[in-house]
Amino acid sequence: MSALLEVSGVSVSFDGFKAITNLSFSIGPAELRAIIGPNGAGKTTFLDIVTGKTKPDSGTVLWGEKGQSLLKMSEAAIARAGIGRKFQRPTVFEDQSVAENLILALKSKRGPFAALFFVLSAAGRGRVDALAQNVGLADHLSRKAGELSHGQKQWLEIAMLLAQEPRLLLVDEPAAGMTLAEREQTTAMLVDIARTRAVVVVEHDMDFVRRLGCRVTVLHEGSVLAEGSLDHVTKNPDVIDVYLGRG
Amino acid sequence: MTHPFDQIPARSSGSKHSGGAGSGPRILATRRLSRLPSTFWVLAVLVILSVAVTLLSPAFGLGEMSTSFVKTLGKTLCLCLAALAMDIVWGYTGILSLGHMAFFALGGYMIGQWLMYARTEEIVVQALSSAPIPATATEVAQGVATQIFGVVGGSDMPWIWGFAYSLPLQLALVVAVPGLLALVFGWLAFRSRVTGVYLSILTQAMTLALSLYLFQNDSGLRGNNGLSGLQNVPGLGAVTQDVLSIWFFWASALALALAYLGLTWIISGKFGSVLRAIRDDEARVRFLGYPVEVYKLFVFTLTAVICALAGALYYPQAGIINPAELAPIASIYLAVWVAIGGRGRLYGAVIGAAFVSLLSSWFTGGRAPAVPLGFYTIDWVDWWQVLLGLSFVAVTLLAPKGIGGLFDRALGLHTPNRKGAPLGPAEGALQEQEAVE
Repeated sequence: MSALLEVSGVSVSFDGFKAITNLSFSIGPAELRAIIGPNGAGKTTFLDIVTGKTKPDSGTVLWGEKGQSLLKMSEAAIARAGIGRKFQRPTVFEDQSVAENLILALKSKRGPFAALFFVLSAAGRGRVDALAQNVGLADHLSRKAGELSHGQKQWLEIAMLLAQEPRLLLVDEPAAGMTLAEREQTTAMLVDIARTRAVVVVEHDMDFVRRLGCRVTVLHEGSVLAEGSLDHVTKNPDVIDVYLGRG
Repeated sequence: MTHPFDQIPARSSGSKHSGGAGSGPRILATRRLSRLPSTFWVLAVLVILSVAVTLLSPAFGLGEMSTSFVKTLGKTLCLCLAALAMDIVWGYTGILSLGHMAFFALGGYMIGQWLMYARTEEIVVQALSSAPIPATATEVAQGVATQIFGVVGGSDMPWIWGFAYSLPLQLALVVAVPGLLALVFGWLAFRSRVTGVYLSILTQAMTLALSLYLFQNDSGLRGNNGLSGLQNVPGLGAVTQDVLSIWFFWASALALALAYLGLTWIISGKFGSVLRAIRDDEARVRFLGYPVEVYKLFVFTLTAVICALAGALYYPQAGIINPAELAPIASIYLAVWVAIGGRGRLYGAVIGAAFVSLLSSWFTGGRAPAVPLGFYTIDWVDWWQVLLGLSFVAVTLLAPKGIGGLFDRALGLHTPNRKGAPLGPAEGALQEQEAVE
C-alpha cells in the first residue's frame, strides 16, 4: 500500500534545542493512527512540520500519490492539498455564526475573487445542514460560535475540519475538556472518518487511545520510539521506561 | 428565530430558470445588501443632506449657507469616504494601517497636477494672446513651467508632470500611483508576515518618508508650497465658486454612497466573513486553505485606491495641498475617527469621521466660546486637540464600540460581553486528571 503521507529523516531544532531528530513516519490513505508521547516529545512540532508552520532543517515530507514535497508549500497551499488540522484548544471564529464558520471551511475555491462572488449552492447548504446535524449543532446554526460551550466548539471545529474534505486529518488532543459521553462520541466519529481518509490523533490520554483501537506511534525526544498496536508498544521496555513508567 | 441561511447569500441550483420566490440572483443581490438595514439609513441621510444643502446653498437655493460651509460639508463627505476605507482595512481585516492618509494625499496631488497645469496653461495662453506674434507650443510650455515652478526656483517641467496636460491620464494616475504604492508596500510587508503594531509603525514610516520627500523642492511637486489654486477648475472659469462647491458636494455625496453600497456588498458575503476571520485568527484561516496574504494585499490596495479617490475629490474643495497633509498625524486621526465612530461597522466610520471632523473645524475655527476658569482661559483652538485625545482614550477604555455602540443600545441589541482569556473547558467536563483514572 502506498503511503498518503511519507515523512522521512526529518530533524528540526530551535536555538540548538532538538525538537525533532531524524523522525520518520508514514500513513496510508484510509488509516487511523494515534501518536502518543510525554510532553515535549515533539508531537505538536511534528504537526507543525506537516502543516507547513515549521520548516524542518533536514528530511523530506512527501504527500499523495505523486510524492509532492510539502516543504516548499505555504500553510494555505498544504491545507488546499487536503491536510486539515484541529488544534488543541478549540479555535473557531467566535464573532461569526456557526453557519458562517462552516461555510468558511466548506471546500471551495479559496481566492479573493472566488470569495467575493461566492453564492452558497443548494448542495453546499445541504452539506452545512448535514455537518451541523452530525455534530448536534443543527439548532445552533445562527448563533455566534463564541456563545457555544467548550464541547460544542470542539464539535464545531471537527465539523469545520470535515467540511474542508481533507484527505488527511491531524487532530491534536480532541478529547481534552470533553465529558465521558462526548469522548465516546468523538471516538466513534474518528473511527468512522478513518474509514475513508487518513486520521492522525495526537493524544496523551492512554485510555482514549485504547478506545480508538488503532496503530500507535510513540514519540520520545523527537523521534519514534516504538510503533504497533497499543498492546505491543505498551510491552516495549523502552516505552515503559520513558513514558508509562512515569505514572 | 430567523433561519440562519437567510443571512447567507444562497441560490437554489439552476436558479436561472426556476424563478421561484427569492431564488433569482438579482433578488439575492438586493437581499444581501438589505441584510444591513443601516445601508438604507445611510443612503437616506445622504440624499436628505444633499437636498437640504442644495436648497440652502447660495447657488441653487436660499443662500442661507455660505459657500465655504458647503465646501466644508463636501470635504467632510470625502473624509467619511476615507474613514470607510479605514474601517474595512482596520475594523474588518484587523490591519491597523496608520498610513492611509498618504494615499488620500497622493490622490490629491495627482488630480492637483492636472488642475494646476491646465489652469496655468489657460492663464499663460491668455496672457500671450495679446502679443503681436502668436505664441508657440514651446513658449506656452515654458511659460507654464515658469509660472508653476518659479516659486521653487525652477523653470523646467519635471518628468512627473508628463501627463498633467491630460485629465483622463491624470485621473488614471489617481488610481494607479497610490494603488501601485499600496500594492508594492503591502506585498513586501504582508509577505514577511509583518503584523500588529510593527505594521502600524511601518505604515507611519511610509507616510513620513513620503511627506519628507515631498517637502524637498526638487521633488517635482513644489516642495513645501505644494499645489495651490486647485479650487479653480480648468475649462470652467465661467462657473462661480458657489456653483462649483455644490457640484463637488454632489460628487462627494455620490462617491460616498457608491462606495458605501459597494463596500457593504463586499463585506456582507463570504469575502467579509474571510476578512473578519483573518482579523480574529489569521493562522486558523491559513489552515483552512485561504491565502491570507493575498486577501490582505487585496484589501490594503483596494482601500488605498478608495482613499486616493476621496483625496482627489477633497483637494479641489480645499484648494491647496502640501506635504503636511501626509504627516503621520493625519493617518492617526483617520484611525481615531473610526475608533470614535465604532470600528467594524461601516456607518460607525461615517459617523465618526463626520462628527469629529465637523467638531474639529468648529473648535479650531475660533467659533467655540472660550471657557474662562478665572486663573486660566481655555481657548479651544489650542485645547481642542487635548479634548480629542482625551475622548479617544475615553472611548477606547469605556466604550470600545464607539458611537456605533449607542445604536446597539437604542435598538436593544445585546452581544455577550466575553473578554479576557479564552474560555477553558466547560465546568463539569472531564478534566485531564480524572481522565487518567
